[in-house]
This record gives sequence, structure tokens and C-alpha cells, in this order.
Amino acid sequence: MTGDKGNEIWRQSARAFFQAEVERLMDRLYGTALRLTGNRSDAEDLVADSLAKAWNRLSGLQDRQAFEKWVFRILINGFISDCRRQKTRPCEVGADREGEFSLFEKLHQPFLLWWGTPEQELLDKLLRADIENALDALPEEFRLAVVMVELWGLSYAETAEMLDVPVGTVRSRISRGRSLLQSALWHQAREAGLLKGEAKGTAG
Amino acid sequence: MTQDLRCEEVIDKLLEYLDRELDRETEDALAQHMETCRACFSRAEFERRLRARVRETGKARAPESLRQRVHAIMERY
Ligand SMILES: [Zn+2]
Repeated sequence: MTGDKGNEIWRQSARAFFQAEVERLMDRLYGTALRLTGNRSDAEDLVADSLAKAWNRLSGLQDRQAFEKWVFRILINGFISDCRRQKTRPCEVGADREGEFSLFEKLHQPFLLWWGTPEQELLDKLLRADIENALDALPEEFRLAVVMVELWGLSYAETAEMLDVPVGTVRSRISRGRSLLQSALWHQAREAGLLKGEAKGTAG
Repeated sequence: MTQDLRCEEVIDKLLEYLDRELDRETEDALAQHMETCRACFSRAEFERRLRARVRETGKARAPESLRQRVHAIMERY
């Protein structure tokens, strides 16, 4: 009887804790899932499935301070196993090595005064949708690295551990991912005519 | 005790610097370089701002249907 009562107390506190954490993290989890899956319905499924797992396994979480990373890990694992199963989007892509790309180097004009900075102007003109498109277009392995390091602030070591790859692999994926992202932004900006002194659609 | 860095070395390590992935000594050396080098400082600022924009895309208002699903899950178990 006391065991049942203890259980009930645990359940109530777990429920309150879980609800508060989910409320706090929901928009980030959904936003992350959206970036990973590329569409709303898969994103919704991924978050719902991940939170169902998290809720079921909550008694196994020793340190509640670690909830955020723990639930993120469940989401990442869910995504990776879904994507291996479905193969609708490729999970692994051979890294084609073209050179590093830097938006800053493309745009910066060292002889302008500090208030006339084309690279800052571009940042102001870019819409959220532009950045979403560039990120969504990244090959899976690079997108995952960018999401984990940039969106969730994980260290390279934590990312490597979650993906079960060496730290050096994370370092090269994140660097390549950013380079591809900047290159995509540059091409989009040029197409949209956002770059001063760059004719729309010129090759180069 | 920090060694002087050339701009190329700073640029090379900049992303890891912003990710806080460098050892303390290298991190200090980069920070020190950027206190006096406007070019590297501007570049770091640009990368920081771009990152903030990228980070924004990781947050999106979850639909009501998803919130309801999560409530249903918690009721079921
Ligand atoms: Zn410099």
C-alpha cells in the first residue's frame, strides 16, 4: 500500500516536471524536427514519438537537470532510425570536396568604412525563410551536425558521442556544413538580387 | 603567455573559437588578436550574427494538434 502511494506521488511529481519541461522546450523541439525532416507532418510525428518515449522512460532519467539533452538525444536517435528505415531522404552522403566557402570573404570590402558593410547588410536582408531553405538543402550528415552544434549548442565531443562517430568527423562535418550553408545563402541572395553590384544570375 | 597570431591562423580557427572548442591558451590568443585587429573582429562579428540567424530557425511554434497529442500520450501511460 505504501509502495502504491509512493508510486502515485512519484507519478504526480513526474507529470508536473514533464509537463513544465515539455512546455518550455516544445517550440525548440518542433523547430528542430522541422529542420531535420523538412515537413510539418513528419516533424509533428517525430516530436510526438520522441516525447512518448521520453515519458515512458522518465523514471530512468537520473538527473533531471539533464532532461533537455536527454530528450534531444531521443529526438536525434528517432530521426536517424526513421530516416534509415524510410530512405526518403538520404542519411549518408559522400562528402564532395569543393573548396571552403565564406560569405564574409565574398562580400567584405576592406576599404569601406565600418558603417558601410555589405556583409552586414546582407544579413539584414536575409529572411528567415532564406536561411531555412539553405539549411534544409544541406545533405543529411552536414545538416545534423549544424543542428546539433549550432541550434542546440552541443560540444563536438557530445555530438560525436550521440552520432557514434569520431570527434574529427564532427569537426569536418560542421565546418563543411557551414561552408555549404554560406554558399547556398550566397547563391540564393544573388538569385534574389540582394547583392549590390552583382548582376542577377551571373555565373561566378 | 600567449603567442602572436597571424590573421590567417585566426581565420582558420575562428569557427572553433566561436564554438568554444579551443584550448584555453589558443582561445586567449585569438581573443587578444581580435582586440587589436579590426578585420578579424568584424569577421567574428559577422559569423556570430549569422549564427544567431541560423539558430532562430530551430524554433517554431508547435501546432495545437501536436500539443494535444502529447497530452494524450501522458494520459495513456
Ligand atoms: Zn587579424
